[in-house]
Amino acid sequence: MSNSYTSDILKPFKLKTKQQELLIRVLILCLVYILAFITRLFSVLRYESMIHEFDPYFNYRTTLYVTQHGFYDFWNWFDYESWYPLGRIVGGTLYPGLMVTAALIYRLLHFLRFAVHIREVCVLTAPFFASNTTLVAYFFGKEIWDSGAGLVAAILIAVCPGYISRSVAGSYDNEGVAIFALLFTFYLFVKAVNTGSLAWGLASAFGYFYMVSAWGGYVFIINLIPLYVLVLLITGRYSMRLYVAYNCLYILGMLLAMQIRFVGFQHVQSGEHMAAMGVFFLMQVFYFLDWVKHMLSDTNLFQEFLRITVTCAVAVGGIALGVGMASGYISPWTGRFYSLLDPTYAKDHIPIIASVSEHQPTAWSSFMFDFHILLFLFPAGLYFCFKRLSDATIFIVMYGLTSMYFAGVMVRLILVATPAVCLISAIAVSATVKNLTVLLRSKTKVAQIGSTKGTSSAKASSKASLDQSQPFQKNGAMALLFGAFYLLSRYATHCTWVTSEAYSSPSIVLAARGAHGNRVIFDDYREAYFWLRQNTPLDAKVMSWWDYGYQITAMGNRTVIVDNNTWNNTHIATVGRAMSSYEDEAYEIIRSLDVDYVLVVFGGVTGYSSDDINKYKLSYYRFGEMMTEYGKPPGYDRARGVEIGNKDIKLEHLEEAFTTSNWIVRIYKVKPPNNRW
Amino acid sequence: MKSFRFCFLMLTIAILASPALSDLVLSKVDRRIYLTSHIVRISSTVKVENAGPEKESLVLLAFPEQQAKNMAYLMATPHEGKGKVKNPVVALPVEAANPKDMPAALTFYSVSLPKGLAEGDSFTFDVLAVFTHALRPIPEQITQADIQLVLYQDSAHYLSPYAVKVQSLSVKLPDSRIESYTKLENTKIHGSEIKYGPYENLPSFSYSPIAVHFESNLPFAVAQELVREIEISHWGNVQVTEHYKLIHGGAQSKGEFSRLDFLARPNVRGASAFRYLVANLPPRAHSVYYRDEIGNISTSHLRGDSKKTELLIEPRYPMFGGWRTAFTIGYGLPLQDFLYESDGKRFLNITFSSPMVELVIDALIVKVVLPEGSSDISVAASFPVEQWQETKISHLDIDGRPVVVLKKTNVVPQHNQFFQVYYHFSQLSMLREPLMLISGFFFFFVACIVYMHADISISKSSASYLAKQQWEEVQAVIQQVQNIISRCLTTHDNLEASLRDLSRTGNIQACKAARKAADGLLKELSKELKPLLTFLQSSPSAAQVLPKVEELVAKERELQEKVMVKHSTVVDGYEKKLGARDIENRVALQQQKLTALRQEVDDLLEFIDEI
Repeated sequence: MSNSYTSDILKPFKLKTKQQELLIRVLILCLVYILAFITRLFSVLRYESMIHEFDPYFNYRTTLYVTQHGFYDFWNWFDYESWYPLGRIVGGTLYPGLMVTAALIYRLLHFLRFAVHIREVCVLTAPFFASNTTLVAYFFGKEIWDSGAGLVAAILIAVCPGYISRSVAGSYDNEGVAIFALLFTFYLFVKAVNTGSLAWGLASAFGYFYMVSAWGGYVFIINLIPLYVLVLLITGRYSMRLYVAYNCLYILGMLLAMQIRFVGFQHVQSGEHMAAMGVFFLMQVFYFLDWVKHMLSDTNLFQEFLRITVTCAVAVGGIALGVGMASGYISPWTGRFYSLLDPTYAKDHIPIIASVSEHQPTAWSSFMFDFHILLFLFPAGLYFCFKRLSDATIFIVMYGLTSMYFAGVMVRLILVATPAVCLISAIAVSATVKNLTVLLRSKTKVAQIGSTKGTSSAKASSKASLDQSQPFQKNGAMALLFGAFYLLSRYATHCTWVTSEAYSSPSIVLAARGAHGNRVIFDDYREAYFWLRQNTPLDAKVMSWWDYGYQITAMGNRTVIVDNNTWNNTHIATVGRAMSSYEDEAYEIIRSLDVDYVLVVFGGVTGYSSDDINKYKLSYYRFGEMMTEYGKPPGYDRARGVEIGNKDIKLEHLEEAFTTSNWIVRIYKVKPPNNRW
Repeated sequence: MKSFRFCFLMLTIAILASPALSDLVLSKVDRRIYLTSHIVRISSTVKVENAGPEKESLVLLAFPEQQAKNMAYLMATPHEGKGKVKNPVVALPVEAANPKDMPAALTFYSVSLPKGLAEGDSFTFDVLAVFTHALRPIPEQITQADIQLVLYQDSAHYLSPYAVKVQSLSVKLPDSRIESYTKLENTKIHGSEIKYGPYENLPSFSYSPIAVHFESNLPFAVAQELVREIEISHWGNVQVTEHYKLIHGGAQSKGEFSRLDFLARPNVRGASAFRYLVANLPPRAHSVYYRDEIGNISTSHLRGDSKKTELLIEPRYPMFGGWRTAFTIGYGLPLQDFLYESDGKRFLNITFSSPMVELVIDALIVKVVLPEGSSDISVAASFPVEQWQETKISHLDIDGRPVVVLKKTNVVPQHNQFFQVYYHFSQLSMLREPLMLISGFFFFFVACIVYMHADISISKSSASYLAKQQWEEVQAVIQQVQNIISRCLTTHDNLEASLRDLSRTGNIQACKAARKAADGLLKELSKELKPLLTFLQSSPSAAQVLPKVEELVAKERELQEKVMVKHSTVVDGYEKKLGARDIENRVALQQQKLTALRQEVDDLLEFIDEI
């Protein structure tokens, strides 16, 4: 009695099923949004709120410049502190999307009177955009399948290690915002194709513009979308919606992209962008033919016309491309593009690309590491997509397949494949769970009826066939459902573990376990950089291997010879030669480059293996007298596990200026030349 | 060196030539020079006697220019004999003086005695003078392995405009290793202490230069600039942030820095370097951090008890001569320990200078950030400081927080005294920021509500817009239909309930009344249903839902009839006084159909709901 009474009172407040569903959906999305953010904060908790790795330091330095000097100064910035003596036109050689985004967030926060430091904004930019990506994934999933798939996609992408690896707090790199921009552009384009609305087309063009401003990976979009359009054309899915969406994206997106100085006229001049242009013209031919077909009632005549037009169009296109290539107006494909299509290309032709570990072909284990169960759900999702083919599912299938190929070619492109893998897996999970629950629910209903019917048998006999299969089916469905949830919970555990163990280390600060299980921190990099910053002349030039260039300029505030923007291979080669030559020869090069300090990284004391051992003389200077490990002879290199041979290294033109407490960074001062008399 | 000494000699001659100032005589002067730190402290006990007839209340202290420009602190206190219980001593007022007919190379300060000295009276007082940068490293550049030698120069005789009867001087050194020192008559050396004197009956302006060249490996920590920001939050915290720019002020290091040597024998190969600094923070300091421009520095240790908090910080690298570093430390302090109220004004009472031990600060800037809305700001400090005001915009500020900036150069630990900042602040202003936040969220939610309910489409005549609107109308109507149906279903339930009541109580009349009421209600409901159905039939966008809705209505009507029939059967049965089992048997078949129908209606409702 009382129960019904309370339910009567609550009746006005009771939400309808639909509202309940909306509420739960919004609630889940909010939680996923927060989850995506906080799971990326491991690095801040373990270490501190700091910028990670190498490139982010450059981005941070430029962002600082934007906030201090304004956008126009940034656009015209000529950086004297890098690539000495060449310098670098920063404004024209970077994708400014990330810096401008961070600067805008910073301005907005200050406008709202939140006096945060720009560093905090930079550190948290990637997690913030990862959170936004989950929202986009939800809407994308909703667009291609249903809102359930959208929710699952949002959850999967929120914790997927493949994405977290590039978007933890502090990983202030282009990819952080670019994946958001990529998925957002795709979503808007699919939406435009689905609705045929000019507004969505326009939005997708702006999404594309943002992507172009943020990351060089925009080339993937400008090639995938034409490919998709081509597939639709071939499969006879050409429609007015597609025409509107593609033309709007291509024309506006191209014009907008030209505003980015680093991209410039590449959309009309570079071989990598020609596919998009070809498809654009093909669209026009299609449209024209459609119109002619509409005007001509005679099919024979139309066939004839079709033959002539297609031949002409192909011929004109071929001639234009040939002339363009021959005259050099259209540049050929770049090495990076080739190396994507052919994994062995970089090794033979561009060693500097091949030398970077994140450009290596992907090992199976890293697929497992980054995708976990998604790797198995992906084919299942593809099956569901093929079962319910539509314009949108064709898109996601193509996105998934191409990006998976690229992920196999280069480790770092796992990042691009992650959203597609998450979406397709989400379709698999959502469709499976939905089917199973429908099965469960229908049975429970029938079972209820059965019980209320009691002794009667008239109706029961009619449903006997259903009843018979029920117990087995029900249990099976239950088992499958539990299996699915078990797998998903394993996925969540795996993701958390990977995030906390593998992807949350800033790589500037190294942590190790001490002899008593305590945490030992090697902060040698910052020790050295700060020493450079404080104790060398303001105009000192530091020579190091290019990996450390960005960090030296950002943290040490000193001029470097080469840095991570490897635009001039000759310069890098000169530095490499200076580093690996005999001291006399090296001194010549060092003098000609006007170098004041030489910085090397050495791991022989701590067992830190990613060091510069080929500069062995500088690394091993006076190392022969050093006891590194108890019970081993002096000069025992812990990274290589051997005792060094030559323990008496003498330096003539260089002198030790500073060595960090664990010997990881060693800085040498270049002595002035001897007096001739 | 030589020319320097020659200069002093000339100076001495010049001084000797000038006349005596007054009839005051210093009957006894004891000087102790402490060179045990890079901050030089000279403590003198002076007994002054009036030999003339006039009453005197001012005593002049003279310092050569060389010393005067390095002087950071000067204090005179009445002398208390040894062994006495230390009462809080009141410092004697000391002022810069510019007496006539005095050599220009000397700087004078006048000490006002508590009462004038009559003829023959005497008074004893202590003078403490603190000098920075008074030790000169010689040689100026040393290698890592060298020890650091410094030179100190002064006069063996007490430089004074008055004649001195008896005087002595002792120089305390950090270590007994002395490179060289000036030997005069009556010079003795005891371990790390050099004694000059006693000398008797020296005329005014006696000067006898001495130089001590000795080893000093004490940390020559000099903060070239220190910015202290003290921010008051009336929510219970005083946040202190100190930005240091530090240099090792000793002999410059030259040549190689070998980490190997430094690791192996840090006290020999790196004796002149210092590796850590100690800060004595106030008790209950919390949230201590230590970082620099490029991030957190992990080498620091914090120990605390109820009396003090000791923070030991290591710079990123050992500090050799001439090396620089810059860092920031910050800590929070409980508000009630530092903020007081008097005469309706609040005042902050906090130490002026850095908590670092033995640190010389060339330029100290103290910024006191008061809460937004503070007014009538005034500062009380026990020594002269430069002072101006700024504003700082911090979290959730509209027009910024008032900042009192105090600047002082040449600061030594003796300046670490309490100073006060008085201001007015209304308690209500505290609520400003929470209210801002609350209203911010409030308007955000209001905006969301408005967005959800407002129609913001631009073209009101476009086909899609109209279709959407029609669809919304249809949805509303279907909602109404659903409501009516569910009300019908509740009526059915009521009827069932009345049947159960009947079986329990046997009250046929009540049951019939319920039946009548239900009849009326159902009739009304079907009347309400009619216009809705006609609307749905006329609306084009309802075409796909219509069959389902119609089916629902039909099923419901069937259900209604069945319920009525069952009801009448049961009531009939009771009227005929049939047994309960009999009645049940009669309605069993109907009951089955009813359940099936009810199920179908429920399914349909659910289906329509999901559209």
